[in-house]
Amino acid sequence: MNVLTQPFFQHALLAGTAIALACGLVGYFLVLRAQIFTGDALSHVAFTGAMAALAGGYDLRLGLFAATVGVGLLLGGIGRRGRPDDVVIGSVFAWILGLGAFFLTIYTTSRSGAQGGAGTTVLFGSIFGLSSGQTQLAVLIAAAISVVLLLIARPLLFATLDEAVAAARGVPVRLLGFGFLALVGATAGEATQAVGSLLLLGLLAAPAGAAIRLTNRPFHALALSAGLAVGEMWGGLLLSAEAPKLPPSFAIMATASAVYAATFLIRPSRAARPVAA
Amino acid sequence: MLLADANSPVFSWNLLADFQEMWAYPFMVNAFRAGAIVSVVCAVVGWFMVLRRQTFAGHTLSVAAFPGASLAILVGVSTSLGYFGFCVAAALVIAALGRKGRDAGAEESAVTGTVQAFALACGYLFISLYKGLLEGPTALLFGSFLGITTGQVLLLAVVGAVVLAVLAVIGRPLLFATVDPEVAAGRGVPVRLLSALFLVLLGAATAEASQITGTLLVFALMVVPAATAQQLTGRPGLSLLLAALIGLACCWGGLIAAYYQPYPLGFFVTTIAFTGYVLAHLGRALHGALGRTRGSSFGLGGAA
Repeated sequence: MNVLTQPFFQHALLAGTAIALACGLVGYFLVLRAQIFTGDALSHVAFTGAMAALAGGYDLRLGLFAATVGVGLLLGGIGRRGRPDDVVIGSVFAWILGLGAFFLTIYTTSRSGAQGGAGTTVLFGSIFGLSSGQTQLAVLIAAAISVVLLLIARPLLFATLDEAVAAARGVPVRLLGFGFLALVGATAGEATQAVGSLLLLGLLAAPAGAAIRLTNRPFHALALSAGLAVGEMWGGLLLSAEAPKLPPSFAIMATASAVYAATFLIRPSRAARPVAA
Repeated sequence: MLLADANSPVFSWNLLADFQEMWAYPFMVNAFRAGAIVSVVCAVVGWFMVLRRQTFAGHTLSVAAFPGASLAILVGVSTSLGYFGFCVAAALVIAALGRKGRDAGAEESAVTGTVQAFALACGYLFISLYKGLLEGPTALLFGSFLGITTGQVLLLAVVGAVVLAVLAVIGRPLLFATVDPEVAAGRGVPVRLLSALFLVLLGAATAEASQITGTLLVFALMVVPAATAQQLTGRPGLSLLLAALIGLACCWGGLIAAYYQPYPLGFFVTTIAFTGYVLAHLGRALHGALGRTRGSSFGLGGAA
């Protein structure tokens, strides 16, 4: 019996490829725009949103996407004017996670037939548990994210590298920033299904960080980031299939971290950053 | 999984009777003792952390606590050992790298994000290799006050006392080095050594807090009381004292609420702390709007 021919593995491979593609593309701009901590914040929100939806009896993904996209837009709204400092962010997100723990307890104690592992599933993902319907939806959403991002890639890159000049040339900088954060929110919701809300930051940051180290040319780096993310997802899934003791989320994160660490060995001397962000 | 089945205790507003009832259980006495130690130590260390703008280092250290604790469970040694070992080791690594954290470039934040996610993934691996943990990782992540032994309380007390003692010795030069590092260095204060020492203290305090609030909610006891106190008063000594009191109030309030309600301790502690923080902000804004009519006694209302 080969695990690679099992339907659960094929679903995971299909959904994982699409999700990794979206994460690699979005993550590159996230790192370039120095908004990694927005991704961190959204991952916290993803947990609370999913738990709130479960506690209220709705589909997990509804709460997931509503919370991440909503907060992504909210952060875009407040980000420009008053830049909240990290003490405020830390306080707010500690509370949001606390709220998530509250909804988790409501869900596990009040709903009969609730599986106790729901919290673990959302926090650390369960890509091998996707059904064919869930896989289809995940692929569709990931494809939509990727297409939208590729459509706005050129003006977004311009706005990222030199905001003032881009604004002067008539690029809608603010609208792009807004739309990008909504995309990040949707990606966070997608990635939560694959590697879980606590680990999605690694899937966003590691391939993009590695790509930025390896090449200076923006569109090469964008393609490389997406390629690396997909490759790391495949590597992680295969590793997890070969060694069933390793949870897939760990295997994916370990592969991604190893690739990123390897880029430091290849070119240790050069501080490869295309722009002064 | 909580106390809901133990005859479902009901909160009467007779505080004396309530405390007598709660403290009839030895584990509740231990929880209150541990909570008092941890909240005071964390509030004091966190006060310096907020002043030094090192909240980000605190976040990284708290993430390191999760694989530490889960590895300790997997290997079969005391979780305290895992918490303290990993947090202090992570603090030493951060001190050795000497990074700036907050002003980090794009690439450095990508490194940090990857390292954090990898640490959490390792914790998850250890948890899933060890099948025996009934509640899964939630108790480690979101805190639990059940099953704190007298030995653990003793360990918390000893470590807490050492942390506070060291902080008392280095407090004044540390404050100097925090407020004006250049002048302090010029006057012969060993700024780098102090900074490394403080990170180790921060690691120890994070390890203590993780055992009460869980590794994800450490900020509730480290950052929020200190930030609230610094909103209310500008005088260092007073706000330090206030931070310790607010931390204690949050922790004990959370313990009382968690005893009567079947929800996790971390939720109550974060909610109480965050409410106090918001009230302090509102109070300050109101104070500013009304004009400077009265002194600082006004702000104390937001502390409860």
